[in-house]
Amino acid sequence: MMYQIPMESLDRLLAAIAAQQKLYLPTDNTAGEAVYTEWTQGAALSKKLNTLRSAKDFFFPQIQNMAKFRREGKKIEVIDDRAEADDFCIFGVRACDVRSFDVLDNVFLADPVDTWYETRRKHATVISLACTRPGETCFCHTFGIDAAKAGGDIQCWETKDTFYLEPLTEKGQALADALIAADGELLTQCGADQEALVEKETERIHKILEKLPLYDLKAEDNRERELELFRSKKWKELSSHCLGCGACTFVCPTCQCFDIEDFNNGETVQRYRCWDSCMYHDFTLMAAGTPRLTQTERFRQRFMHKLVYYPKAHDGLFSCVGCGRCLRKCPIHMNIVKVMETLKEEKE
Amino acid sequence: MQNELKWRGLELLKDGAVDRILGWRAGQFVYDITPDVFTDPEDLEKNFIYNEFCGANLSKYLIAESAKEGKVAVFLKPCDTYSFNQLCTEHRIHRENVYVIGIECYGKVSVDALRQRGIDGITGIRSEMGSLKIDTIYGEESVPAMEVYAERCRNCKSKKHVVFDELIGADGEVVDDCDRFDMVEKLEQMSAQERFEFWRGELSRCIRCNACRNVCPACSCEKCVFDNPKSGVLNKAAADNFEENMFHIIRAYHVAGRCTDCGECSRVCPEHIPLHLLNRKFIKDYNELYGDFVAGESVGQMSPVADFTTDRDAEPSVVQKGGDQ
Amino acid sequence: MQMNDKEWKPKIIAFCCNWCSYSGADLAGTNRLSYPAEVKIIRVPCSCRVNPMFILRAFQQGADGVILCGCHPGDCHYSTGNYHTRRRMTLLFSMLNYLGVESARTRVEWVSAAEGARFVSVMDSFVADITKLGPNRRLEDLRCKTN
Repeated sequence: MMYQIPMESLDRLLAAIAAQQKLYLPTDNTAGEAVYTEWTQGAALSKKLNTLRSAKDFFFPQIQNMAKFRREGKKIEVIDDRAEADDFCIFGVRACDVRSFDVLDNVFLADPVDTWYETRRKHATVISLACTRPGETCFCHTFGIDAAKAGGDIQCWETKDTFYLEPLTEKGQALADALIAADGELLTQCGADQEALVEKETERIHKILEKLPLYDLKAEDNRERELELFRSKKWKELSSHCLGCGACTFVCPTCQCFDIEDFNNGETVQRYRCWDSCMYHDFTLMAAGTPRLTQTERFRQRFMHKLVYYPKAHDGLFSCVGCGRCLRKCPIHMNIVKVMETLKEEKE
Repeated sequence: MQNELKWRGLELLKDGAVDRILGWRAGQFVYDITPDVFTDPEDLEKNFIYNEFCGANLSKYLIAESAKEGKVAVFLKPCDTYSFNQLCTEHRIHRENVYVIGIECYGKVSVDALRQRGIDGITGIRSEMGSLKIDTIYGEESVPAMEVYAERCRNCKSKKHVVFDELIGADGEVVDDCDRFDMVEKLEQMSAQERFEFWRGELSRCIRCNACRNVCPACSCEKCVFDNPKSGVLNKAAADNFEENMFHIIRAYHVAGRCTDCGECSRVCPEHIPLHLLNRKFIKDYNELYGDFVAGESVGQMSPVADFTTDRDAEPSVVQKGGDQ
Repeated sequence: MQMNDKEWKPKIIAFCCNWCSYSGADLAGTNRLSYPAEVKIIRVPCSCRVNPMFILRAFQQGADGVILCGCHPGDCHYSTGNYHTRRRMTLLFSMLNYLGVESARTRVEWVSAAEGARFVSVMDSFVADITKLGPNRRLEDLRCKTN
């Protein structure tokens, strides 16, 4: 079942969703980048290709409190200070970020389940949006992602005059039903004609994708070449000018490493987790030191994880979704595409 | 200009005058350029690039490169030469191992500035008579180059090379009428509450990726205090407002008197936080309080932050005089 | 935001150099002069031992005002320490003010070992200033608030 609403009524649609549950959507910030913000009356959906930070923040925020400890006399009290989560809705998620949730699910929902992640995930409804104007840094096609059919609980398309919605899951259908129940005139069911228009829009997007400079980039199955790639001499060249900052990991929708730290204020200890970056020299630091002494090893870890280790553990699924954020944000423009192409040369 | 640089590099490599060339390597797009070292003339010929997107300051890489055996030639733009001198002052660069080729610079373009104008899907960029012709998959766009220069280039402080062994192109002059302190002044004139809100708005976007710190030629500690679990201020992520403020105050303070205002911190910030405004506040303050000082102008200078006079220094209470409630 | 003035008492950290100001505070004590109990003294070997991080950390841990006391310029036990303090703190306070922190929350005063009475008057006036200003909100760490 597909629904439509005129573009000029988009605000009405957003308001109707926000009346049901908390709604987050990409809006432009003062620095001219798109970021997810909570919807308020008059909030305008960003026209940017994608948000600066990915949508993983909703399920795996940069900082998350885990527990609190308080000591009284000889007793230590452990406080689970989790707040009850409410249902919320993320609007305008691109296809790449929708796929990134699968990548993260494989990690956080595998046994033992990460309950913090699971709670947020359960309460979320993902409304995706097809890309109208993909950029040159996009290569989601490489990983078999269709930017024109973004997936999620409800997938949407925006054209010049009409906004189309297609619920894909029970959760998505439930939201659509609730919207219709609240306001019978909000959404109109699409006939065959309109569905053909959506099909046309999909084709239009596919044509643009074919023109993208990275369209022909192939992701090779390197699961069998683990050791060979690990020992490759190319890592040294590739990483030689890496600054060791965490920009790539923090904007990445699939990077999922974190560190757990305690903050002691003298009375209570707040245990929290925060994103960590394999690019940092103290990543996986142990009592005996760190297993990766040089930036080359740290750099290799990041890309081996995305291209070899993760696929090996998860049926060949790559831990990269081709969103292109790292291509835009790396201070020295050393990125996964350059790594993939170099590794390919290695083979030839 | 690219060819001139390339031929000179090839000459130096083939003559054996230098063993390595530190320059810029072309990427997939016209703008995604990586600083790199070239040892093979063929590689240099094929992959060396110099265009309006070669903004990266190469001087910090010389800390590692000049410590290696043999001689390295490096291309430095005028503002990069200040960082180079400053690193020499701090004894971080082995000067005898470096051959500095000063290169003329008219300003570098920020690709983010293009994106903010809604230009995306960039496949090529040509520079024609001061304007940029940008090919995108959605058609051609044209913008005046001046308008999409990085902030540091729009407010260029010097086109003069303070150090070079040879020069390609002409040497310029220090820009006397540069407006780089305008925004600092504007902030100073705001009320404390307005300033507080301004900085909260900027610093709250920080994701603590450390790009500003790691790219900075003045930040060259072996181990940063914020990475040291024993310092008591280890933080991988800014857990609250205080930690955001603390990191940026300490970062800017630590480079005060050594920062040459090269603008790399603001260039690399993924969140576009105007970090240069923190550095420039220190520069403006010590210029006003202790006399003009330009970090990196020459080798061996004494930083005003490490120096003092017994009788002429202002008391810290001068700060109180600025209206602040 | 402002709490009831009668209930709220500021927390003040005073960094005092061992040779002059700490002895000055000592002298105040032996002379039976009292200074406000809100002031918590941290003794440092020289005022220039205090690096900018100390000031920030004091605010983080809940201070509402931070004052740094050292020997009068020219009288430093180590000859030049307080000259460094003077420049460093001028620049730091200016930066804090630039970020919107009220400049009255930070102060440097020179107090000699013979100036017990001056120590008391300095602390009285600083505490009065901070009390007027109210709790530190702009440079606080909420995680450190214990209640």
